[in-house]
Amino acid sequence: MDIYLPIAEMSVNALVILVLGGVVGFLSGMFGVGGGFLTTPLLIFYGIPPAVAVASSATQITGASVSGALAYWERGQVDVKMGGVLVAGGVVGAGFGQVIFRLLQDFGQIDVVISLIYVLFLSVIGTLMLRDALAALLARRAGRLVPTRRMRHLPWVAALPWPMRFPRSGLYISPLAPLALGAAVGVLTVIMGIGGGFIMVPAMVYVLGMRAQAVVGTSLFQIIFVTATTTLLHATASQTVDIVLALLLLVGGVTGAQVGVRAAQKLSPDRLRLVLALIVLGVAVRLFIGLTWTPAEPFALFGGQ
Amino acid sequence: MMARVIGRAGLLAMAWLALVGAAPIRLITQLSQARIDINTSFRGAELLVFGAIQYPRGAVPDAPPDIAVVVRGPAAPVTVRQKTRVAGIWVNARGVRFESVPGFYAVASTRPIDALADDRITAIYEIGIRNLQLSPASGADEATTRAFEAGLVSIRERAGLFAERPGGVAVTRGVLYSARIALPAAVPVGDYTAEIHLVGKGRVLASTSTGFAIGKSGFERWVYVMAQQHSLAYGLAAVAAALLAGGMAALVTRRRW
Repeated sequence: MDIYLPIAEMSVNALVILVLGGVVGFLSGMFGVGGGFLTTPLLIFYGIPPAVAVASSATQITGASVSGALAYWERGQVDVKMGGVLVAGGVVGAGFGQVIFRLLQDFGQIDVVISLIYVLFLSVIGTLMLRDALAALLARRAGRLVPTRRMRHLPWVAALPWPMRFPRSGLYISPLAPLALGAAVGVLTVIMGIGGGFIMVPAMVYVLGMRAQAVVGTSLFQIIFVTATTTLLHATASQTVDIVLALLLLVGGVTGAQVGVRAAQKLSPDRLRLVLALIVLGVAVRLFIGLTWTPAEPFALFGGQ
Repeated sequence: MMARVIGRAGLLAMAWLALVGAAPIRLITQLSQARIDINTSFRGAELLVFGAIQYPRGAVPDAPPDIAVVVRGPAAPVTVRQKTRVAGIWVNARGVRFESVPGFYAVASTRPIDALADDRITAIYEIGIRNLQLSPASGADEATTRAFEAGLVSIRERAGLFAERPGGVAVTRGVLYSARIALPAAVPVGDYTAEIHLVGKGRVLASTSTGFAIGKSGFERWVYVMAQQHSLAYGLAAVAAALLAGGMAALVTRRRW
């Protein structure tokens, strides 16, 4: 079933996109991660122009985060004050990211840089996840309890000026730290087309020292707003948001997530983490090969301007 | 009065023909579509170019001349960048800019282009991919420009956007000709022309040109126009659509994480 994407200006197989969205949704349902960091590279592998892949992936994440955020909202596990600060930082970061994105596009380097940043992030995160998962598996086999890390914010975070109270998060810290964190993730959202939950969640726990119950809900809350801002920025600055592509991904993703949630309940969490770590590393290796192997086509075309 | 003028003009024309020795050969051309629509199910299209060769006094020569059909799309500037290894990573390095590259260019001919006419003639009429005037921006030396041009052509050829099809024109009884031009799904939108050249004894005996358009239609067009001209509204609509779809999914599944 072929469908012509009006913005990507190419004909794609709708089933492939649905399945792609479904597989990423399955993984996100299984592991509770957004999956944007897999959507963008997979779309690029399929031949979607990188700029369109990044922008449409951000749009898809907005929709995919809604149901999760609502569920956490109902349980009162969203810290709106903290989320607001993160969003404020995220919007600033997204604007800054857009400037970088535009510059890279003008220099014809956007696809190289997107791949490069992905290789960097995916390999670091994949390795960390693999290490954690293996440690947990080994510890369980040895019959020991898995050591839990202490959650206390870093000393330099505590030293920042103008501390504020964030009751839901159980924190009394300066808003500068979440502001900076939000901005950093905002830049990545624009350039990589990710929600950034896989960076935000650990950072909230280990850097800010937030109370665990409020972490995921607040992260989803900020993802909705920052990815929506990103969609607006890409739509107005580079006209690369393909709504048809985003909705196809969303339909596949929502369905896949349901299956993923059910599958996760039947499998051991440590094994799941191991599988996810291997998938992430696999995508990183594939991207790395694309960057380093002698390309079959030594030239690239850039239109317009 | 009118009839006399026409009659005199006719006499003059006949006298001129008698002096020159031949009446002009004319080409009559028709395209299968004046407009090709890109809709949701667009997977490429085929354009049929057909028509007739009108010989003076209907005398079909024993060795009928050749036909070349050239279809070209809207021209746009293209920068060709060469990938270079920097610290082990392939980046897009220096580029050469070509000012007018047709988004689509296809030639169908009765015989290979080399056999039609000499290089000068094919270059003048831009018959054949290597005869395209791509207007490279000055700056790079000629060898570099040629290498980059070859890179550009090979990418476009692989995408089906540049094509040469010797033997792609069929001529029936020396009079009727037809050619099928394949337009891939990736064709750019815009105004196209189909030029038909009649070539005999190494000269172009007659040419005609007919225009057609390729455009997005219906939903595709609406989305594209919105995205280009009302980009903020389009962005807001995209966000709203994503939120709505996500919210509906949440309602339907009532999932708890």
